[in-house]
Amino acid sequence: MSAFLAIIGRDLRLAARSGSEALTLVLFFVMVAAVVPFAIGPDPALLAKLAPGIVWIAAFLAMLLGLDRLFRDDDADGSLLLFRHAAIPLEAIVCGKMVAHWLLSALPLLIASPLLAILLAMDPDGWGRAALALLLGTPALTAFGVIGAAVTVSLKRGGLLAPVLILPLTLPVLIFGVAMAGTAEGSGAAALFLAAISLVSVAFCPFAAALALRVSGE
Amino acid sequence: MRTMSAEMPELPPLLTASGLTLSRGGRELFTGLDLDLRAGTALLVRGPNGAGKSSLLLALAEILRLDGGRIGWRDGDETPPSHLLAHATGLKASLTVGENLHFWRTLNGPTGLTVIAALDAVGLGGLEAVSAGHLSAGQGKRLALARLLVSRRLVWLLDEPTAALDASGQTLLGRLIADHLRGGGGAIIATHDEIAGLADAPTLTLEAA
Repeated sequence: MSAFLAIIGRDLRLAARSGSEALTLVLFFVMVAAVVPFAIGPDPALLAKLAPGIVWIAAFLAMLLGLDRLFRDDDADGSLLLFRHAAIPLEAIVCGKMVAHWLLSALPLLIASPLLAILLAMDPDGWGRAALALLLGTPALTAFGVIGAAVTVSLKRGGLLAPVLILPLTLPVLIFGVAMAGTAEGSGAAALFLAAISLVSVAFCPFAAALALRVSGE
Repeated sequence: MRTMSAEMPELPPLLTASGLTLSRGGRELFTGLDLDLRAGTALLVRGPNGAGKSSLLLALAEILRLDGGRIGWRDGDETPPSHLLAHATGLKASLTVGENLHFWRTLNGPTGLTVIAALDAVGLGGLEAVSAGHLSAGQGKRLALARLLVSRRLVWLLDEPTAALDASGQTLLGRLIADHLRGGGGAIIATHDEIAGLADAPTLTLEAA
């Protein structure tokens, strides 16, 4: 367990030292939402109607930003090789990195979401549903992202490939996420679907990603 | 102490490998390779560049999948039973020396020296608060060696351990390996150089593929 926590701690510490990454993500997230009113016009009713979709698109794109360096740095400096030779299974290490990635790429978005609610003229209820939807749905986005990053780790220019690869997998998250954030009625069923997708993908991801890392190392 | 390992010949070898066959990128590196490693001994692996020395170590570390042959460990329940020191050292430049070492100690199990003791042992005492990015290549290698000391594993797989080390570093490496062997461990070392104290160690020579 302490080894698992050490993985999370190391990634958080590395992110804190390199500084701006989480901030870049949040800025990107807020920027997407900030330009939308200029693009579609400042009609509050229209904005509030589109807001759940915009929040999800912004979150989705922002979370893809950090994917590239998830395993790439560890691969380049040899850590990944040693991870495969550690006292805990590679699956547990991948799981730790997945938790760290969620903390670094999804949690900052959740914290910044009230700002988006203001920019997009959402009412407090709407913001609450959107934030809850993000909380339920982002673990699935993280899990799919980790799989994509693991599959493309050995490709020199795989930076854009991972997002393209996981895009079809993440569409259900987007659909149910927007459905849950959109209207009060029917949001319960969407929330259950969202939670189910997150649970299954988070449980499945460490094994799939570890397998991909093992194969790519040969 | 040396006589102690000689008095226990009935112990099975730390590692027995037979019929190892490995090809990479369509090139056959070695076929039907046998080796065994007894407690307290080192095996040097020599051969020209590209002969498959590093690949042999990676295969013994069970990172590369063999095309044939089997590897048996005396303490097979310990996972994994060996330490690997490769060219890439796995150190993070933005973490301090102490943080780097502490991480590997936690990940691999705190079964060896403490972080401070290990840093002292490799001649990096007092540098634990220095960022690892400020270390020279040789100091980085010493820090990578310290990783082998903080978690105890019986077999060391060392790939070019002398690279980037200065004269005192070479002596230090020889002493660390000698200590490890005295403690009942074993080492398989791929190298082009002489390792201090291992001049008469058995040598496995790989032919150019």
